[in-house]
Parts: sequence; C-alpha cells; structure tokens
Amino acid sequence: MNKKQLKKNMVIDSKQQESKNKKIEVHHLTRVEGHGDIVVYLDKNNQIQRCEWRVVEAPRFFEAMVVGRPYTDIHHIVSRICGICSIGHQLASIQATEEAFHCQVSEQTIILRKLALHAENLQSHLLHIGYLVLPDLLEVGSVFPLAKTHKQELLNIISCRKLSNKFSQVICGRTTHPQRLVPGGMESFPTVSELKELLKELKHSLAWLNNLGNLFLSLKEKYPKFERETEYIALVSNGEYALYHGEVGSSLDERKPNFFYTQMTNEYCVPQSTAKWTKNVKDAYMVGALARLNLNYELLTPGAKNLARRFGLSPLCHNPFFITLAQIVECVHSTEESIALLDVLLTRGLKDEKIVPIKPCAGKGVGALEAPRGILFHYYEYNEEGRIVKADCIIPTNQNHGNIQKDFEALAPILSGKSEREIEFTLSMLVRAYDPCISCSTHYIELGQNKNLSPVQFVYV
Amino acid sequence: MSKPKVAFFDFAGCEGDQLQIANLEERLLDIASHLEIVNFREVKTEQADNYDIAFIEGSITRPEDEKRLKKIRKQAKMLIAMGACATIGGINCLKNFLGKQEYTSLVYGPYARHYSTYATRPVRAVVPVDGEIHGCPIDKEEFVLVVKSLLLGKIYIPPDYPVCVECKKAGNICQLEQGRLCLGMITRAGCKATCISAGSVCWGCRGPVPGANLDAARQVIDEHGFSWLEAEDRFRLYLGYFLRLQGWVYEQETT
Repeated sequence: MNKKQLKKNMVIDSKQQESKNKKIEVHHLTRVEGHGDIVVYLDKNNQIQRCEWRVVEAPRFFEAMVVGRPYTDIHHIVSRICGICSIGHQLASIQATEEAFHCQVSEQTIILRKLALHAENLQSHLLHIGYLVLPDLLEVGSVFPLAKTHKQELLNIISCRKLSNKFSQVICGRTTHPQRLVPGGMESFPTVSELKELLKELKHSLAWLNNLGNLFLSLKEKYPKFERETEYIALVSNGEYALYHGEVGSSLDERKPNFFYTQMTNEYCVPQSTAKWTKNVKDAYMVGALARLNLNYELLTPGAKNLARRFGLSPLCHNPFFITLAQIVECVHSTEESIALLDVLLTRGLKDEKIVPIKPCAGKGVGALEAPRGILFHYYEYNEEGRIVKADCIIPTNQNHGNIQKDFEALAPILSGKSEREIEFTLSMLVRAYDPCISCSTHYIELGQNKNLSPVQFVYV
Repeated sequence: MSKPKVAFFDFAGCEGDQLQIANLEERLLDIASHLEIVNFREVKTEQADNYDIAFIEGSITRPEDEKRLKKIRKQAKMLIAMGACATIGGINCLKNFLGKQEYTSLVYGPYARHYSTYATRPVRAVVPVDGEIHGCPIDKEEFVLVVKSLLLGKIYIPPDYPVCVECKKAGNICQLEQGRLCLGMITRAGCKATCISAGSVCWGCRGPVPGANLDAARQVIDEHGFSWLEAEDRFRLYLGYFLRLQGWVYEQETT
C-alpha cells in the first residue's frame, strides 16, 4: 500500500471510527486504562487494514518537576520515573550532575556503580524472561500455572531472581529506589563479608543461568520467524561491553559523543502516543539488549559469547522476538563481569571513601548509560546555585515505540487472514519482546478465569 | 468460604510497588494460594470484573483517571492505596507547584494542549479509602502484613509514631546532629528507617505522622542551620499535597 492510499484509508478509518466510537464506548475506556494498546483494524476476511501501537500512559512531567530543585535531590526524584530501572535512572542522573559540576569520582565508586547496573540488569531481565515471556512460549496465561507444570524450571528462575535482588540489596542497600548512590560517591558501603558471600553465590548461579539458557534453547522453535532490518543504537566503548561508559553508537550511523545525543534521538510527537517517539537514519531504531548485542558482540564475556553462539545469535540479528535470547546472554555476561569486578574489589580491599565534595556552578551535563531496556539519556542545565534550569530525559522504551510500530506494519501482511487469536498472540508477543516499561499493558499478566481480557483490540471496518 | 478476589490497578506512578510484590518471589505463590488474584496490572473495565479487594497504585493526574477510580471504588468492597503516589500524592505533586501551562509546555512544547492532565492528587482525595500502605516504594513485609490482616477480616493500621522512633531502635546516629537535613521527625514510621540505615536521610516518603507539627519541624531545622528554602524544598518533595491541605502553599493550579 503506498503512502497516499494509506493516508486515505486512515482518513476513512478515523471517520468510521468516530461514528463507531459513540456506539462502542469501551474502546475509549480501554485505551485510558491500557497505557499502551494494540489496535488492529480488520476487514471481514480478517485482512489487516492497519495496526497501531498506541501509548496512552498518563504523562507525569518529570522534566518540569525537577526544574528549580537543588542538585542533591535530582537523582532521588528521577529514580521515580521507573520502579524497575530506578538504578539506571539514578546513575544517569548522577552522571549528568557530576559532568555539570566537573566532579570526578574514584575508581572504587565506578566499580560499585557498574556492579549496581549489572544487578539491575539481572533483576529486570530475569523478571522479563521468566515471568513475562516464558508463559507466552509455554502457552499459558501467566507464570502461576507453571508452578504445577514446570516446577523445576520456575524454581530455577526464582532462585536466579532472588539472587539478583540480593545483589542489588548488597550493593545499593535496597532493591528498588536505592539510597546509597549519590553524586560524588556512595553514602555507605557493603561489607567485605557480604561481598564475599555474593561472589560465591554469583559463581554458583552460572549453572542456574545455564539451565535457563537450555530451557530457552529448547523453546527457540516457538519464536515466530520474522526479520526486519532496522537501525540499532547502543552505547559503544573500545574496551568493554559498554553499559556505564561509552559513546552513542549506531549500526548505520557514525559514533557520536554523548553530548550530541539529540542528533541521534530526534524526538517528535505523534497523535497516537503520550510518549515522544524517536528516529535517526531510518524512520525508527531499536535500543535494548538486542541492539547492544548487535553492536558489542565481540566484547561479551566468554561464557556469554558461548551461549550466544548456541542460540545462533550473531550480529546483526534482525528478529525482534530474539530480544529475550539476547537478554539471557546478557544475564550471563553481567554475572561473569560482576564476578570479575567483585574480584578486583576484594583484592584491592574496600576503602571507606568519603563522598567527593561538590561545588555547584552553572553548567550542563549529559548522562548516558545502558538501562536494561536500552540507552538512557539525562541532560541537565544547572544555574550557579546548583538548581536545575532545564532537564531532558530520553527513556529507552520511548525510543522503541516507533520501531514497534514499524514491526507491526511489516508483520501485518504476514498475519493477514489468520485467526484473531493468532494475530493477537503474535502482536502482543512482539510488544512483550521489547519489554516496554512505561506501558504496563505489556506487563500484562492474565490470571485465572478472565479469558475475555485481551491486550489487543480489534476494530472491524 | 470462597477466596477473596483481589485486583491491582495502577495510575500515574512507577510501578515500583507492584514490583515489590513481585519481589516476594515464592511467597507470592503462597499468598496467591489464599487469594484469587483477578487482575494484576492491566485490565479492561468493560469486562464486569468481580473483585472484593482493590489495590491502587499511583496518583490521580487526569480527569479520565478520576472516572476510572470511581468505577473501581464502586466495584470493590475494600480499596487499599499503596505507595506514596497513591497515599500522599508523592513525587508527582511536585508539578502542582508550577502552573499547568508551564509544565505542559516545558515537556511537550507546542503540542502541550493535546495532553490531558490536572493537579496531582492522592487516591483519598478522590474516593474514600479503606486502608493505606505507605512508602516509596512500599515495604514488601508491610504488604504481607496488610494481606494477612485482610484475610483475618481486620484492617491494618500503620504505625502512628515518627520514623525517629525506629531510627533510634536501628541504632543510627541522628542525621540532623550530623548536619544533614532529615524529615524523620514528622514522617510516619513503618519503614524501619531503611534510608537512614543505608546512609541517607529521611525524605518523608511515608507522609506526615498524625499530628505532625510542621511549625516545630521548621524551627528544629532552622536551629540546625538550614535555610528556610532548604526546608521548604524538602517538604515539597513528598508532602506537596499535605502542605496544600494545611494551607501552607497556594498551588498555582486549582481544579
């Protein structure tokens, strides 16, 4: 369908929809509740006319809320953007603040921050892999029925996740919205015995992760075979699989220093979403585990690379459904990398370092790091009192929305004519693969008898 | 007796509280065996859902959210607000100190008028609430306690003394004495002073303790050498809605 036709269709659709809206008011309601909705327009033969990924999350105005606030509170406030990636937001915020005030932190602080980021990666990935995606592959509504049918596998995932929570607890003092990370250093430190125990358990958990890998290897057949070439954007660094440090890299564009992030993201508003969308060279790009793996494959730890090879993942992999597999590879990477970092920390001995004093001055700074769902930017401008004048946060999920929509458009002809159930299943599985964070519609956990509930809405035209 | 049906709903918030519940791991399976969890996270209202207990996360920031909440209230026998956003408005209330025109155009520029929003309010400002689980994020042990008491047909009453009590019990040195601005003295306890034990200060996320005296708190803060502005900044972080109720601030945006 060419653009003109599409546009024409859209006009007709919206007219028809308007007339329908009055009749089917539920349509509106669900969108309000859905935070993110999939809307599919079908004709009588189940041919997909159009499908839309809509984001209707209540806007929260964080960039406005931090204006005028002192630098000491910012990381605390922006942490509340997301409960799952609170560590990522805190660290990006701290990076931006430190850059604005020319503050240099110690190597130990950086190691601890990297560990915190690995902990969060594990927490978030395992939640997504085990509780949100696995039920899809085993064709059940939620994780709860698995307690009966796949007890061993579920217990394996639970023990991995429990350890990841403990990991975060040990390093940051809390699993969600941690308190120890501040601009200039750490408020307090884990004890050596805690770190030693953690190290032992992390080494132990590699076997669990291997089991998890085997489970998904056996389920790989269930993933839809679908490929769409797109642009991949992630942090890149010469020395390491970049998570905390790096420059903005792309599979189709040249590397840019973090300060020029807006040239990569190019945010724009669309009517179907309360979140801003982004694009770079193509009309959409992907961030997240698969983008990182595609750009930094060579820098994975040996165990992780081995698993990637077993999964058959190699750069560039264009199947968005394989994001989960990339996440499992990253879990192994994070665990192995954390073991190495903990070794360094324990060999050098943990020093009780004071927080580097910060002298507020007028300035601007960018924080860029890899949160579990992809590259995250925080940009602040401070006045001479150390209060925010301007803030800008670009969240990974927002960068993926456009790509989800493009994937939908590419999937539509393949799915046309199939049963409603299959269309619904594949589309929601696709969105779920991206692990969108601001829209909980895809963190949708269906429980029990309510079979009618569906994350996908069908509109007949 | 049949198992009570439970539903979770979220409004404007970070979902950190539901994450805390997910973090209960295998204990969640135990809890699920005593309850029938009808909805967790997303659900569509047009299905006449049957639930007895509704847990609400997040604050109310849009007229359409208000409608949805009232519908939930009608359906639920018990409505529990959980997390700072739901109980006291939380961080979301920071935007209430700016004019609507200001904060919408700051974020969305010329498209601002397309986004519906109004001054943030906690759940209890819109509908009556049967119970509250405080904190940002909630303490998962407290959540278990609330569920246990609900199963026993009781309502959990959170502590009515300030964080200072638990902070002393935890063996911390007073942060104010160490020259750091801490709101433990006016904040409701129940968190076991977790932030202060982690080396930070109390930010006031559990809301004001019943009978909190802000005037006296201001005086104490003043005596410890902090400026009026610093104190006000900290109060506004979580207590924005409370300040409005007390008549301390005039919010630019009224409904």
